[in-house]
Amino acid sequence: MRLFRHQLRWEQRLFWRSRESAVFVFLFPILLFALLTAVYNGRIDGRPAPWVLLAGMIGYGAANTAFAGLAITLVSRREIGILKRIRATPLPPAVYLTAVLVSIMIVFAIQVASLFVLGRLLESTPWPSHLLSLVLALALGAAAFAALGLAITGFIRSLEGSSAVLNVIVLPMAFLTGSFGPTRHYPRVLRAIGDVLPLKYLLDLIKGIYLHGQQLWDKPLAIAVLGGWGLFGMAVALGTFRWEPREG
Amino acid sequence: MSAISVRDLRKSYGTSEALRGISFEIKEGEVFGLLGPNGAGKTTTIEILEGYRTRDGGDVEVLAFDPERAGSAFRERIGVVLQHSQLWPNLTVAETHRMFAGYYEQPRNVDEVIALVGLDEKRDARVKTLSGGQKRRLDLGVALVGDPDLVFLDEPTTGFDPAARRAAWDMIRSLRSLGKTILLTTHYLDEAEQLADRLAVLREGVIIREGTPAELTGGSSETEIRYRRDGHDVVVRTTEPTKLLHKLTAEAVAEGRELEGLSVRRPTLEDVYLALTAEHRQ
Repeated sequence: MRLFRHQLRWEQRLFWRSRESAVFVFLFPILLFALLTAVYNGRIDGRPAPWVLLAGMIGYGAANTAFAGLAITLVSRREIGILKRIRATPLPPAVYLTAVLVSIMIVFAIQVASLFVLGRLLESTPWPSHLLSLVLALALGAAAFAALGLAITGFIRSLEGSSAVLNVIVLPMAFLTGSFGPTRHYPRVLRAIGDVLPLKYLLDLIKGIYLHGQQLWDKPLAIAVLGGWGLFGMAVALGTFRWEPREG
Repeated sequence: MSAISVRDLRKSYGTSEALRGISFEIKEGEVFGLLGPNGAGKTTTIEILEGYRTRDGGDVEVLAFDPERAGSAFRERIGVVLQHSQLWPNLTVAETHRMFAGYYEQPRNVDEVIALVGLDEKRDARVKTLSGGQKRRLDLGVALVGDPDLVFLDEPTTGFDPAARRAAWDMIRSLRSLGKTILLTTHYLDEAEQLADRLAVLREGVIIREGTPAELTGGSSETEIRYRRDGHDVVVRTTEPTKLLHKLTAEAVAEGRELEGLSVRRPTLEDVYLALTAEHRQ
């Protein structure tokens, strides 16, 4: 426990000290929200546009932070030899990885809180009513994306390519699943692709709870699909996660 | 007491045999050098001893642990400098040390370690602003912060300028005076000669010679005398250098000429090493 708290403190310091992570991982969804609400007004699917975009941006934030941000952090540490170096210390690998995961969850939590505050200030969006359901839904979503983030590190060979690869996954996923606006008018094939992606189900949960007054347990299908993606990510990660860089 | 004991260690990668059954012992408090050309198996050996790699055969004991199965208790007692590794660019020197110190039950005082590796003036500098040599000293500081009994140094001065190498050598000598056992790999012969109490020369996964630097160079009794005559280099190897030198200088004085570029030298470890590895190649 002492080791976990020690590592978590340093993970937070490392995250906020790096301009790349603070801007691209933390700030980017918040900036995008401010931009989109300035452009869209009126109603989307019968709800005020800023409310819908707020829900969408929280989902995008989960993918961007817990999946892409986590994967880039781990790939860069692996390729410059930090993960290997850590393995030579008494810090148990499981404690290390748990601290990294919890740290990225904390970043995501602050991001979500910032989005709600910004929405409130700019567009008078309401505070969420079913707070427990929302927190549980976001925890499930972030955990599933973190598992997928761990899994994908095994397939990214170099630091240089990593943010390109991850953006090619995250941005189209966010677009196809409705983070940036409704998908009702998309061609059928694009909607079909969107329907299998995990972000679709996280957005389902967030919108159900925030926009339609539902509870988490009203959405068993979304819980099951997200959980399934998370378990799939975990299983792949167990087989492919590496601590050592590729030998030059 | 042996700090490290290796018997008939074997390791293959696919069909290529990296280690073909090597054996050696390192006593507590000893500086042991593993010397050899690139690809000889030095890093494979050190990484098996550090617990990074599994072995295919043989017995290995490091501080009475089997590194393959050892956990935190083993890692409390070792310090590691990897061949290629960097640390967090955005942390300062002191922060990096404090972060690592937190991993150990009884770490050394961080300021003392920073002073020991000569980074006092860079204490609050970000790691990304350090020079290559300073980064390597940081690696060493981080390896020492847990107060290890045994330190692994995998090519600790590769890429250093001569002054930085001298400074690193002084640091390694001061580690030895603290009673640490040190396993050092290098392909610099002068480094091994300067630092190691004993050496093993590794080539193609086999130890081809082992002993103190003096034993390795002492095997040859020839002395080499070199000078220039009429614009040509003359090289003579002799087992009776006093006699030959006397004759050469007497002749030169009698003829009133200078023995230009005269040098007398004993074979260095490098000569022995090159001869050894060449012998093996045939």
